[in-house]
This record gives sequence, structure tokens and C-alpha cells, in this order.
Amino acid sequence: MNRVYQPSGLRESNPTRAEGLLADLHLDLPLLTGLVLLCGFGLVILYSAGDQNLDLIKRQLIRLGLAFAVMFVLAQVPPSQIRRWSPWLYGIGLMMLIAVLLVGYEGKGAQRWLDLGLFRFQPSELTKLAVPMMIAWFLAEKALPPEWKRLAVAGGLILMPVLLIYKQPDLGTALLVASAGIFVLFLAGLSWRFIGGMVITAIPIALAMWEWGMKTYQQDRVLTFLAPERDPLGTGYHIIQSKIAIGSGGLFGKGWLNGTQSHLEFLPERTTDFIFAVAAEEFGFAGILLLLALYIFIILRGLYIATRAQDTYSRLLGGSLTLVFFVYLFVNTGMVSGILPVVGVPLPLISYGGTSLVTIMGSFGMLMSIHTHRKLLPT
Amino acid sequence: MPQVTLKDYLRESRLFRLRAIIAALGMMLLLLALILRLTKLQFVDHQHFTTLSQDNRVKVQPLPPTRGLIYDRNGQILAQNLPTHSLEITPERVPDLKQTLEALGKIITIGEKDLKRFENLRRQRRRFDSIPIRVRLNEIEVARFAVNRHRFPGVDIQAKLLRDYPLGEQTAHVLGYVARINVEELKKIDESETESERSNYSGTTHIGKVGVEKTYEKALHGKVGLQQVEVNALGRVIRVLENQPPVPGQDLYLSLDAELQKVAMSAFGDYTGAAVAIDPQTGGLLALVSNPGFDPNQFVEGIAFADYKALQTSADKPLYNRALKGQYPPGSTVKPFIGLAGLETETIGTTHKKFCPGFYQLPGYKHRYRDWKKTGHGPMDLRDAITQSCDVFYYDLAHQLGIDRLNGFLTEFGFGAKTGVDITGERRGLLPSREWKKRARRKPWYPGETLITGIGQGYFLTTPLQLAHATATLAAGGVRREPRVVKVVRSSGQTTPMPLEPAKIEYLTQHNPANWDVVVEAMIQVIEGARGTAKRIRSDKYRIAGKTGTAQVFTVKQDEKYDEDKVEEKLRDHALFVAFAPVEKPQIAVAVIVENGGHGGSVAAPIAGKLIEYHLSGREP
Repeated sequence: MNRVYQPSGLRESNPTRAEGLLADLHLDLPLLTGLVLLCGFGLVILYSAGDQNLDLIKRQLIRLGLAFAVMFVLAQVPPSQIRRWSPWLYGIGLMMLIAVLLVGYEGKGAQRWLDLGLFRFQPSELTKLAVPMMIAWFLAEKALPPEWKRLAVAGGLILMPVLLIYKQPDLGTALLVASAGIFVLFLAGLSWRFIGGMVITAIPIALAMWEWGMKTYQQDRVLTFLAPERDPLGTGYHIIQSKIAIGSGGLFGKGWLNGTQSHLEFLPERTTDFIFAVAAEEFGFAGILLLLALYIFIILRGLYIATRAQDTYSRLLGGSLTLVFFVYLFVNTGMVSGILPVVGVPLPLISYGGTSLVTIMGSFGMLMSIHTHRKLLPT
Repeated sequence: MPQVTLKDYLRESRLFRLRAIIAALGMMLLLLALILRLTKLQFVDHQHFTTLSQDNRVKVQPLPPTRGLIYDRNGQILAQNLPTHSLEITPERVPDLKQTLEALGKIITIGEKDLKRFENLRRQRRRFDSIPIRVRLNEIEVARFAVNRHRFPGVDIQAKLLRDYPLGEQTAHVLGYVARINVEELKKIDESETESERSNYSGTTHIGKVGVEKTYEKALHGKVGLQQVEVNALGRVIRVLENQPPVPGQDLYLSLDAELQKVAMSAFGDYTGAAVAIDPQTGGLLALVSNPGFDPNQFVEGIAFADYKALQTSADKPLYNRALKGQYPPGSTVKPFIGLAGLETETIGTTHKKFCPGFYQLPGYKHRYRDWKKTGHGPMDLRDAITQSCDVFYYDLAHQLGIDRLNGFLTEFGFGAKTGVDITGERRGLLPSREWKKRARRKPWYPGETLITGIGQGYFLTTPLQLAHATATLAAGGVRREPRVVKVVRSSGQTTPMPLEPAKIEYLTQHNPANWDVVVEAMIQVIEGARGTAKRIRSDKYRIAGKTGTAQVFTVKQDEKYDEDKVEEKLRDHALFVAFAPVEKPQIAVAVIVENGGHGGSVAAPIAGKLIEYHLSGREP
């Protein structure tokens, strides 16, 4: 890194710009601290959830290492560069989604993977980043708030990959990708009248679909989806057991490695989608508050970085990526605690495995890039 | 950075900040809802959930239904569920698998095959699934393990019902077998439409793989039940809280006669082949045999690889169901049907005569189509041509009929199509036609091919089941009944069995019933006539109508002579025979194929004779 002489007047114009080794490496200290603490906490929970299996921890550490490496690399790329990639990345992502539907490998009953010879790749993960990038790139071209025509085009750009992912079928990812795009629209100043209008038209359409568009067995499926307790041998079992785990945790929990629900194998998928219940059982309400505090800190830091960004593209992208991270958190915790239907979304940065780890850390890499590449403006 | 004016920049920045604040507030609201929910679970209902988790460790367990039984027509049991003990290992709970297996081997014999099967299953199943290492433990073994149980965490004796086929290979090709559910079947179950269908197999380990066990899987399986149980800290069941009993599978009653199966199997001896017997009045299958059979019991708990390989590579192909899948040229056994086609289409009359010089030539061609009798049969009418199986008569008749009419008439008897039997794996055979040849071979139909189709050779292929089905249709005077092996089903708790939905029945048009009598009369002469080709199975108690056949495996060149002794056994002709009896009111229609058996009259007819004799008089000849 070359240190360039900067006149003092310029430095004063941007007093929040950090200096030192971390700044030279384009890393944001508060965000990095939050992420490291959260991942550390996550490993502690995983060690218990995985029945103290060190192999599992080792594999997760390797994944975390890879994810942090991706974050580091993306942090070095200036936002202007990321911006130039946006439409290309979006195009590639879209083509790969089509390829997956045509020649994809079926894992766990859904077509999500593309076999690239050496390794398998999940294109829907790429679109989690590519869609908000594309929409931000498209909207930042013209003045904000966007006019109706541009809104319609942006809507189409979101809908295409979302429908392709929904067809795989992968409802969880489709939801996350859709929300990433919609958040860009929202942050770009989508008019309240439009938002209100969408909500008002969506309700009667949904009701009409229910009444006339669905057969009995389809209604049955929706009901089970909304109220899983209806099916005590299937998904309902997950919810019943995870509620017992959370509830029996109480204020301070049963203690690390002492959760009976998880260790007596009552709780299914306890290292992946339902790991939040393990944390709630062993660390109690207090532990969960600490965990949520870490998440909130990371999210607020992300939003702060987005508001301090110097151009529209960076702002929209940074804001959207941060909000998507929140959606991850809320959908997973809401599902495990029984206020949301069961959708396969992991607890971000804590659930075992999952390519999503790399994507999430990649988005934090972009946030760091946005923050550390800000220019000094003449006052 | 794009060129934007300062005013726009400030405005957009302010707009974004406002939206970010709104988003942050929204997130806080949602998080508040989450925290409220956690408060409710962890404070308000804490006591309730603590009770649930500590005192009442409630587990929901599926209760698998018992599989329906299968009986033959006389109430003899063909498939049952025997209580057995098996030694099972849950790999996840075993600290050192290798050492555990070694120590186990010292108290209970664990063979090489057991180990191999265990390894196979272990790779397919999840770590927390319980996998059998030894099945069918005897009482001494059970006791020996019980004493040493404390030394083996993760190893348990499981008592369960295991499917058992008491008649073994005799019924293997009809019943098929059940075996452990594999990944693809699980996937299929997971993709079922309704929730109850998806969870119906949650306690079931086995599923019907082939045969009746597969066709009637839904009826035999039953409906899963469930119980909520309390378990202690070690996971052992203390108390049953709620019990929703399973609905056992339905019992099946077959039209099959187990004794007749036995007679047929032993009649084949060392020959490979197939025999199918149908009741022409109902379409019910009386016997369906493919020799050799195999022991279905070894598939139930997973067959050892070496055993499976031996079955698969055996030259006699015991796993191959010849009765349904074997496709053979019908040879002369189609002659009654083609003769009937000639009469019914008025192509020939009953008095029509053709001189047989021992060969036939198409007008304008040099090629000689040979009769099996080199010296010729002399003047032949339809009756003689069936009784003595004259080829020349049929070359001529086929030429006059033409392939289109031939194909149309034989289609009505079910040739070239699946019969629709309720056993899996049936093949359709091949009834050649112009369209077929154009599609499959991209070549036009040649007149010579009509001739060899007329004697049941060439492209023409039938399964033994199709032959029996067609014979039964002829015996029933043109009533074509879809063959069925299951007669009735009985639901649990009911005493009277319920008939299944009736099989499809078609009525063939009889142009002139007298024509049918002529053909049947000729078929009687095959058995009773002085020159009949199956004289040896004649009986004085009842009259049989039949037709012998020989199917070429090996093509003899134009100027060569087929010499049985010189031809390797594998290339020898297949012997065929079709028959029904008694002629006045047919009760049994049979088709027999003996692979490489030579002439139909000498090898296949006696087997059919034994089946008929046993069915009609209750004893073996």
C-alpha cells in the first residue's frame, strides 16, 4: 500500500475516514469485530449442538476461513469496480439459473446445483448478490426517486431470477433474493402510495386464489405450511420440539452442553436450521439477547456504512445487503420460535455448512469496500 | 462516479437516510415481536415447557401397520409375517465400531456375508438409523446377547415382523418380494400428493419391490398409526400418552393354486421355461411358473452381494420371469388363430384344400419356403393343417390374408400388447405390421415376411402369458378377460372378502360360430387324432384341445438340414404347447414353453397335460 501525501484540508472534509493498518487493508474494524465475535459465539453453540464433534467444528472452521477470505478479497475491490461488474454478474447468474433447470444436479430432491467438473456450484447463491447489485446499478443511472417506467423494468429484473429459483424449487432462497431486490427499490424511495397500493391489491388476490384457485389438497398443504402442528409426524414435529427447547431454556438456560432437548435427539436439524433453539435452550433468554445484540450491532453498522456512502449505487447496495442479512436472521429465528412458517433458511453465520456463509461474508466484504474506499472531498 | 448535480446529491442522500431510518425502525419492531415471543416462551410458559422437557419427554413414534397376508385359492398361506429377532447397530451411538463388531462376533456368530450386508446398508443409511447386523436370531443367541448387553452401547435386539414366503421359489415369480425401502422409493413417497401419503411410511422399513407385492403395495401396506410416548433421560419409553393404532394392510386372496404351481415346477425338471394356466371363465390365473425360480426370502433382509451375483450370472437366469418377460416366437401355436382368421374373413372355406409338396413358393419368386416335413403332407384342408401342423397350408393362407388382415385379427386376441395382468414387469411381445417395420426398421414390408409370420416365426414374438391369454379367449368363445391373479381382498376386521374392481372384459365378434367349432375340433384332433402331434396326453375322462409348436432359435440355411444332435443345446428349438380342457366347458387354458426343448409335442405337451390333469381331477398323472 502506498501512502499518498494528503493535504490536511482534505482530511478534515471526511473526518470519519479511518487510518492505519486495517484501513490500508480496507477492513472496517467495528464490522470485523462484530463478525468475528458472532462467528466465535456460533462455533461455541455448534460445538454443543454437534455433540462435541471436533470434526464438525474443523469443517466449519475451514468454511469460515474461506468465507473470510472472500470477504477480504471483495473489500479490496473499489465500489466503482463492483458497480461495473453488476450487469455482467447479473447476466451470468441468470444464465446459470437457466442452465441449472436444464442440466442441474438434483440434491435433496431439488435442482439447485450446477456441476462444474471440479466442484458443484449453486447459482442461486450468486444471485443473492447479483440482484441487488443489478437493481442498484440500474436505478443509480438516473435521479431518484425512480419514475414508474424504471420501476416496472426493475420489477421485471427482480422477478426473472426469483421465478427461476422458485421453480428449482427453493422457496427460502427465492424469498431472500426477492427481498434483496425489493429493499433496493424501497431505499431508492419507492413511493408510499405504490407500497400501499401493492398491499391493498395483494390481499384480495390471495383470498380469491384460496377460494377459487386451489384444490382441497393444495389448501391442505398451505395450512400445514402455515400451521405445522397439524402434521405431528412431519414438519410439525420440528416446531413442537424446538418450542419445548426454547421454552425450557428459561432466563439463563440449562448451561452449555446440557440441553436435554438437543442432546437426547428430540430436536431435529439441530446443527443447521434449528441451531437457534439449541442456543436458546442452553443459554436462555440472556444468552439470546446477547446473540441478538451482536446481530443488531452488525446490522446497524451496515446501515451506518450505507448512509455514509458517497454515491447512490453504494448506498443502495450497502443498505440492501444489510437488510437482507436481517431477513435471514428474522426468518430463521421466527421459524424456530414458531411465529413464521417453516422455510429452509439458516441462522446466518452460525448454522453448520451451507454455501450461504460465503455469500453473506461476501456481502460484508462489499460493505467494507464501500466504507474504506471513500474519497476525500474538497471542502 | 456519475456526473450529478450537487442539489440532486444532497436530495438523494437525504432521501436515503430517511428510508434507512424507517427500515431500522421496522427492523426494531420485528425484533421486538421476536423478543416478545421469546419472553412468552421462556418466561410465561417456561414452567410448562420445563415440565414437557424434563418430566415428560414426549416423543412421537410412528406405529407401522402390519402387512396384509396373501393366500392362494384354497386358503393356503403364501406370504406371512413372522416374528423374528434381529441384532441391530446404531452407528452414531457406538464409540468404536470395529472393536464392537469383534467383541460381538465372540458371543454371536457373524458371518462374512452379514458383515458385507451391514457395510452396504451402512453406506446407504443415516448415522442415527438402526442397521441390522444379524437377522433371525435364535433364542439362545438372544439370551446370550441379553446377558452381555451392558458391554455394547448402541447395539440392540429388535423384535419385529419379517415377511416370509413359506413356498419359496414356487411362488417367487408371482408374489415377488418385499425388501428395504431404498433412496429412490423414499423420494417417491416424499413427493406424494397428500400429507397422509407422505407420512404413511414413516415407520415402515420394507416395501414391495416386484410382483404382486408391488402391484398391491397400497392395499397390503395399510395405514400408519402414531403414539406419543414419554421417555426417560436415556430415551427408554416409560408411558404411552396417546395412541392412534395403525390400520393393518388388506389380505389378498389369489386365484392361484399353490399345489398346481408345485406340479408345474416339478414337471419342468431341469428344463428352463415357463407355464401359465388361466381359468377361461374368469380370467383368473391358476398357475404362473418360470423355471428355475429363486428364493424370495433371501431378499427380505438384504441379499449378500455374492449370492446376488450368483443369481444374476447364472446361465439359467433364475431372476428372469419368463412367463411375463420372456418373448418367444409362438411357432405353430398360432395356427389355430390364423386358421380362424382365414375362416372368419371368408378368405377360405372349411372345405378349402391346398396341396403340400413340402415347400411353398411365392408366385414369381424362386425362394422355397420349406415345410417341417420335407416330403410334404399331400392334400390338406384346415383341419388336417392344424392337426398335422402343415406349414405350406399356412404359407398360402397367410399370403392370401395379407399382413394387414393377419395383424388386425391377431390384435383382437391380445397379441403384441400387454395383457394387463396385475403382476409387475410384463412385456408386450411383438406382432409385426407394415407400420411397425417402417417405424422400427425403416424398411418396407416384404411379402415373404407375411408367410413366416403365418407360421409364428420371423419378427413375431409372444410371452407365455399372452399365449395362455389368447388360448383362454379362444376357449371362452371370444370372451377376452384381462388376466388377474388377485381374486378378492379382505380388510382387517372384516370377515367377508371384497372383490376387486372387475377386470376388463371384451367380446370378440363371432362372424360365424361354426368356424370356431371347426378350429376347436381340429385342436381336439391334435390330441386324439391318429396323426395328432400331441397324442401322448390324451385322457379318457375329458377332452383336451391343443396345439403344439416349435420356435426356431437358430436359422437353418436354405440348403441345410436342421439336425438336432449336431446343434448345441442352447441353440436348440424352443418347444411350445397351448391347450384348454374340458372342451365342452373349459376350466383351464394353458401355455407352456420349454426353452431348447426341441419338439412341442414331446416335451411341452406332457407338462401341460400334468397341469390339466391335476386341475381337473385333483391328482398328478
